[in-house]
Amino acid sequence: MTLPLILFFVFAGLAVLGALLMIFLREPIHSALALILVMVALAALYLLLGAEFIAAVQIIVYAGAVMVLFVFVIMLLNAGEEERTNLSKLAHYVGWPLGIFLTVELVYWMSRATIGARVTTPTIAPGDPTRDLSMLLFKSYLFPFEITSILILIALLGALVLAKRDS
Amino acid sequence: MSEIPISYFLVLSAILFGLGVLAFVFKRNIITIFMAIELMLNAVNLAFVAFDRAHGAAHDGWVFVFFVIVVAATEAAVGLAIAITVVHNRQSLNIERVNLLKF
Amino acid sequence: MEFVAQHPVLVVSLVKIVVLLLLLMTALAYLTWFERKVVARIQARIGPLYVGAHGLLQPLADGVKFLFKEDVTPPASDRFVYVLAPFLALSLAMATIALIPFGPATIMILGVPTHLAIADVSLGLLFLFAITSMGVYGVALAGWSSNSKYPLLGGLRSSAQMVSYEVSLTLSVVGVVLLSGTLNFNELITNQSGYWYHIIPHWNVIPQLIGFFCYFIAAIAETNRVPFDLPEAETELVAGFHTEYSSFKFAMFFMAEYANMITVSCLAAILFFGGWLSPFPDRWTWQLYLPGAGLVLGAIWLAYDTAMKQRGIARIQLAVVTALALILGVACLIPAVMPIVQGPFWFLLKVLCFLFFYVWTRGTLPRFRYDQLMDFGWKFLLPVSLANLVVTAFVVTVRNR
Repeated sequence: MTLPLILFFVFAGLAVLGALLMIFLREPIHSALALILVMVALAALYLLLGAEFIAAVQIIVYAGAVMVLFVFVIMLLNAGEEERTNLSKLAHYVGWPLGIFLTVELVYWMSRATIGARVTTPTIAPGDPTRDLSMLLFKSYLFPFEITSILILIALLGALVLAKRDS
Repeated sequence: MSEIPISYFLVLSAILFGLGVLAFVFKRNIITIFMAIELMLNAVNLAFVAFDRAHGAAHDGWVFVFFVIVVAATEAAVGLAIAITVVHNRQSLNIERVNLLKF
Repeated sequence: MEFVAQHPVLVVSLVKIVVLLLLLMTALAYLTWFERKVVARIQARIGPLYVGAHGLLQPLADGVKFLFKEDVTPPASDRFVYVLAPFLALSLAMATIALIPFGPATIMILGVPTHLAIADVSLGLLFLFAITSMGVYGVALAGWSSNSKYPLLGGLRSSAQMVSYEVSLTLSVVGVVLLSGTLNFNELITNQSGYWYHIIPHWNVIPQLIGFFCYFIAAIAETNRVPFDLPEAETELVAGFHTEYSSFKFAMFFMAEYANMITVSCLAAILFFGGWLSPFPDRWTWQLYLPGAGLVLGAIWLAYDTAMKQRGIARIQLAVVTALALILGVACLIPAVMPIVQGPFWFLLKVLCFLFFYVWTRGTLPRFRYDQLMDFGWKFLLPVSLANLVVTAFVVTVRNR
């Protein structure tokens, strides 16, 4: 039981726990906190996979900005407890088994992924991985990068227009 | 880390995705449904990063993750703005009340 | 003992963590004393005077007071989130100290070469910003969970302010990163060594003056200090997001604010003022005696004060402090210890200057109104930071051609 394996199980357990809490807690603010736990656990898993920059971006953008937005909206809308559902019994009895079957099937096929049972690269490739990422981002993927920045601008304007009151 | 099999990360990604689907189908609050979408996107990001680690030195997987994170943030912003508008019109956060087009 | 031999890195890290945590808590306590004294002098009064000599035991008295106060929890509050918020705020504020380097190079402890930092991360600056960006949750959740109007308003305003100024904060620092080409703290500092004309140090504040001002203003706003502290001002929103908190939970918010101040000052010293580098050229070897000499002179002044001005128990307390200062001063003059002390001495001196500046602005400036605050952040500070970034990028590209 090497240290990386122990760390993996700890953070994977935290991630699954967070996801389960998100489903089964009734107040939206508690679900949001559970989702923040999932994101931080995933950032730690990215660090285990050697993706330092992606881990930092995950915390800064996802856990530190997107979830803050969710928490703000929950606070502004004063979201209370979930109401009782009026789901038909059929949907309830068919939906849960189907959902669980989907999960089990995905798990089965993922565990049989044939890209190699172990990580075959012995060490992280020499050189600065952040520098490699930025080279890719600004050379090969420059066009998607610029399009994404325009997309963000459009989303900004759209959200502004939508959230404005008619005054 | 060379001691953890890649399939462990993929299995975790599948579990998180499945849980996200279950949350999306069975929760009634608009905002909780959005959070389930974010959970699914995060599960997919984990799969991307795991595959990137298994495929040698080129880091195209990270570029995908970068774009997924950015687009997910964008989508969360617009989606929450829409949710705020819907709540102002229907005075309820329960999606079963937003059923005017239901057959 | 075998454990120590087999896992030297782990043991050394644990020792560093414990030592640094104790030092940080003491520094937090005495930062409150420092602030009260300085603000008092600015306002033409004296500040804490009676509890211990010169009020030096005031932080201890405050701590005891906070522990013994009645812990009132509002009945309609969300219990879990109410308790979580101050813990989150304090732990995130104190976690950033792990990334900050206090001194140069490596010294050998237990046969392991160690940096004078708990963690030397290659993306240190980015992780520091990640941790500070999570600090918004402490404030927002505290405001929400109190289930009361004033805290909710204060919490929402304060977190909106923090999120807005965070953008300018990170952008104003990118100029420095462009100049140095790295995000690692130790490399950022060593890239600032060297002197122009053999006398002016190579610090980043000189090419990045605008960046420094943007950074410092954004940092003051980020830590919710005057002049940006409308959400927690007493005359405006009762006490903002920590209205409903009492005793130890309030003390945790208080400590979190001061810990954020310390972090931001450390960062300013590292990024713009050369970190643990000395401002004097290396040829001037007399500067090696400065820490020891400074402490010994301080001890002499304290001895004069003890003999002439103090009476009773204050005299005994101050005599103890004088003895401590004298021992530390002499210890810094031992040739074996002298080179190790240089780096932390200059670093702590710079951090102290920034903290003094923080307290100075608190005593001097009136506070911004909320809409003025948001206008300033988005309409002035963000464009200026962006312009600084663009100009720096242009100059760096032209220079490398």
